Amino acid sequence: MPDYAWPDAQHRTLIGTRVSRVDSPAKVSGQAKYTYDVHRPGMLYGKVLRCPYAHAKIVSIDTSAAEKMPGVKAVHIVQGPGAAIHWAGDEVVAVAAVDEPTAEDAIRVIKVEYQQLPHLVSDAEPPKGGAQEEGPLSMDALDDMLDNEMPAGQMVSQIQQYGITEKPSEGRLNELKEDGASDAVLDALRTAAVHPEAASKLPSSYQKAAAQTVGDPEKAFAEAAVVSEGLYGIPLIAHCCLESHGSISEWTDQDHLFTHISTQNVSGIPGQMAEPLKIPATNVRVHQDHIGGGFGSKFSPDRWGIFTAEISKKAGGKPVRIMLERDAELEVAGARPSAYARVKVGAMKDGALVAWQSNSWGTGGPGGGGMPPIPYVFSIPNQRQEHIAIRNNIGPARAWRAPNHPQAAVLTMCALDDLAAKLNMDPVEFFGKNLNLTKQRENTYREELAIASELMDWKQKWHPREQIASGGMARGVGLSFHTWGGRGHASDCDLTIHPDGSVELKLCSQDLGTGTRTCILIVASETLGIPMDAIQLQIGDTTYPPSGGSGGSTTIGGVSSSTRRAAADARDALFTKVAPALNTQPDQLECVNGKLSVKGDSSRSLSWKEACSKLGAMPLTIRGKNPDRSKPPDLTNSGVGGVQMAEAEVDADTGVVKVKKMVAVQDCGLVIDLKTAESQCYGALIMGISYSLYEEKVMDPSTGRMLNADMGFYRLAGLSDIPELVVHMMTGKGYDERGVIGLGEPPVISPGAAISNAVANAIGVRVPFLPLTPDRVLAALEQKAGA
Amino acid sequence: MRPFEYVSPNTRTQAISLLGASWGNAEILAGGTDLLTLMKDDVVAPKRLINIKGIHDLHGVSSNAQGFHIGALTTLGDLADDATVRRNYPALAEALPEAASPQIRNLATLGGNLCQRPRCWYFRNGFGLLPKNETGKELAAGGENRYHAILGNEGPAKFVSPSTLVPILIAYGAKIRLEGPKGKREFPLEKFFVIPKNEGEREHDLRPNEIVTEVVIPPASDVRAAHYEIRQKEVFDWPLAVAGVALRMRGSNVKSARIVMGYVAPVPWPSPEAEQALMGQPINKDTAQRAAEAALTNAKPLSHNAYKVQLARVALRRAILKAASGGVS
Repeated sequence: MPDYAWPDAQHRTLIGTRVSRVDSPAKVSGQAKYTYDVHRPGMLYGKVLRCPYAHAKIVSIDTSAAEKMPGVKAVHIVQGPGAAIHWAGDEVVAVAAVDEPTAEDAIRVIKVEYQQLPHLVSDAEPPKGGAQEEGPLSMDALDDMLDNEMPAGQMVSQIQQYGITEKPSEGRLNELKEDGASDAVLDALRTAAVHPEAASKLPSSYQKAAAQTVGDPEKAFAEAAVVSEGLYGIPLIAHCCLESHGSISEWTDQDHLFTHISTQNVSGIPGQMAEPLKIPATNVRVHQDHIGGGFGSKFSPDRWGIFTAEISKKAGGKPVRIMLERDAELEVAGARPSAYARVKVGAMKDGALVAWQSNSWGTGGPGGGGMPPIPYVFSIPNQRQEHIAIRNNIGPARAWRAPNHPQAAVLTMCALDDLAAKLNMDPVEFFGKNLNLTKQRENTYREELAIASELMDWKQKWHPREQIASGGMARGVGLSFHTWGGRGHASDCDLTIHPDGSVELKLCSQDLGTGTRTCILIVASETLGIPMDAIQLQIGDTTYPPSGGSGGSTTIGGVSSSTRRAAADARDALFTKVAPALNTQPDQLECVNGKLSVKGDSSRSLSWKEACSKLGAMPLTIRGKNPDRSKPPDLTNSGVGGVQMAEAEVDADTGVVKVKKMVAVQDCGLVIDLKTAESQCYGALIMGISYSLYEEKVMDPSTGRMLNADMGFYRLAGLSDIPELVVHMMTGKGYDERGVIGLGEPPVISPGAAISNAVANAIGVRVPFLPLTPDRVLAALEQKAGA
Repeated sequence: MRPFEYVSPNTRTQAISLLGASWGNAEILAGGTDLLTLMKDDVVAPKRLINIKGIHDLHGVSSNAQGFHIGALTTLGDLADDATVRRNYPALAEALPEAASPQIRNLATLGGNLCQRPRCWYFRNGFGLLPKNETGKELAAGGENRYHAILGNEGPAKFVSPSTLVPILIAYGAKIRLEGPKGKREFPLEKFFVIPKNEGEREHDLRPNEIVTEVVIPPASDVRAAHYEIRQKEVFDWPLAVAGVALRMRGSNVKSARIVMGYVAPVPWPSPEAEQALMGQPINKDTAQRAAEAALTNAKPLSHNAYKVQLARVALRRAILKAASGGVS
């Protein structure tokens, strides 16, 4: 059994150092080609007719004028008469034409008659008594439970209690397993009572989820020395990928499709396109070099990816390009569900948390959406949660970077921060006192809290809420905690050493822009003992071995493990071929800086090139493959903790909030590339500032349309809105030996709560809902003045 | 974008003759930073675009006894870099680099800045300048009006006038010059902006066959002026309130004041109430606050924009104090 274990600190040359991205020069010079940049010979341009109503039924469609229009090559009805539309901007008809203006002209002459239906685009607090009881569980509801990391026992009991709306296929069960469903849950689903009639029953807009109780919250509140009650919330926001969703599809023959697509999931696309297109997955080739943002919204080919391929077929197989326009990107290509709650928390006089009660609600569009995992991070001994999911016509939700965790952090950490204020305790002391409730992360959080306090200069900056200047500029600090899994996914790779010494590594992973290419090369280089630029890396094409989708912070653990295995095995195979030439045994060889030598005797050595010539005529190819997920992980691991602090300045006259400094202290096990790990945190903080201060999907109650589907009023932080960002990665003993753990999600979880807490500290009152816009800040100040 | 005819005249007369007698047929293309967006979003669909950038005498600046003349085609970028503006109209010089982004300022013209269409999201989404739904229900009054008007909003127009430069230009006493088939017109800049009462009317006193030719700012050597904007983001963001203030002092007291608010009404909103409140007064926190309160006495916020009353007040108070202290905030 070969030893794949990561080298220890003394034997690492590249791993854990700061290495610049290998694709930076291509990106900054504009040579990097994103899907949006792909222009195929003879390519047609597709455009989509979208429904202007938030809720409607299609009565009739007349495409005859478009079909007759010169330059129009194909017209495709996406949703025909009778189809129900659940959000404005949904796709109705698509056309392909020789150029964009012609396609737009064709869209304009298509006549669609709609029957408008009543819509709801609000996610305001549900009316009292207006919610329907929980019924049989839909597959979406099960997905939400998995996203929320609901304990398996609880899932099983709910499945047994309520039944399900449809019998899941084995394929669906496999998907649930991939998403983390345990065998007990899968067994419960196989034997659950199926109530198909419940799926077609017209659901209420307000759906009660099962109430959950732990311990005896009533008694605990009665005994608590201090009880704090508050209202908290975080709105529905768009993913706002700077490269919009879309693809360019062409048929290379009658039944072979070639697709360029902007995706987080290159390996997973063929399987998802094969079924609707009625061709084997083997006949779908997918390619992507670079992606301009996904954040959880680009795992599937989407309906528009499928009909792009269908239109291409109608147009004789010619390449057809459909990339979403900015407004469609913001309206239909994904949203993070909202979450609001009235929270009551209780503590003893010394600050020890004893009780939690939350009445939460939120929306993920037509599907409703689940309860965030609250209370978050801190397992308060006595708890009661009730949740109401709002089904509305705001648009479809998708996983957004750390699904449900930013919501959980706001609802929990803001409520706990208010409790600390009521106790007259410094939050660092208060949260520190309760770290025993974080279970196995306790030591990590304790170390991180101390480092973050130091980096923020917390002691100097924190002040009790009462001590604030009236009017003018007010400053304050706030903090939050977060956690995530991040175990590596399934990943295969092929590493080939050629007799001329050249090396190539192929895997069908994608690089979301996080430095995946760089990290793969670091691992291969470190393991083989040759420079990074001596290895040719090919990713982003389904002709390479499959490697999992980039979601849930699983990529780095997956690709680093498979690369490590392939490189170690290839190195050992090469040593076996070379050993006789150096008159030694393979296990006596090492390769450092491109030189193979006998350990401890550098005089007996060969250059890499000379060594590879001993391979003979055939190149050596080794497949790296990660152990099955049911086995304990070896090179990767799951479970990280992070602490963030924010310093905010509030103009108390205008309500304008500026973030002045942010500190992120983060653990992710063994860091492969310190530079890209830090960059991942910087990016998350910037994204966090945007959703804390600016982002929200503004819906018009009357028309049901999104009003700010543009970059003017869907605001993102600009350069000058980004303050000093300090990132500290936890490394060394206690961290490195855990193996490689993903980092995509964790650092984006806490900014909302940390910034909201900083504002509360600055102005002495809670601004209940993000984003912290001037109207909300002034309203909170006014309420405080009136109180 | 729909097909259109494109013409590039070299003289004012040619340009004017190419314009029609009614709105909707022809649009003037200068910097294009607003017009092209509106065309791409199908909010406007002119049959003819008249590119006036080839008309040389609409470019550039000059000074004479009347004041400082700014050709309508002068870009905001050039104006921001102009030494005369910096020296003689420092509050305008301060407002210019706060508008939009460098890329936009390098293309956008002053004439276009005055003629740009409102940023109201109902208008930009195709619901009309006086937005209504299919049943004729007014959308802004009971809808998402957080950025809409708090003054001058009694009629169907709820949008706010979009230029951030106009308040300080009016405060400096700027005049606008227009030219049409019947000759030239000149009037104070504030008169250029009107509140439309019916869909189809525009928010400018500009006839369909007239062009803006220049803006003239009178000498202001004895003026203490300031521009102040409240924005959520540091740069490249639409403001929530704008104030332009120009004071003439006698000793340490105000001899005359010109006070104009932006982003509060469908037109730039001069405030005689605030001007009156400052007359004969020294400038300090109290007098500035009283003037700001006087300016907003008649504010009638819509369902979601009461906070803008406070922001407009603060912008005005800060602009007055800044003007009195020599334009330094």
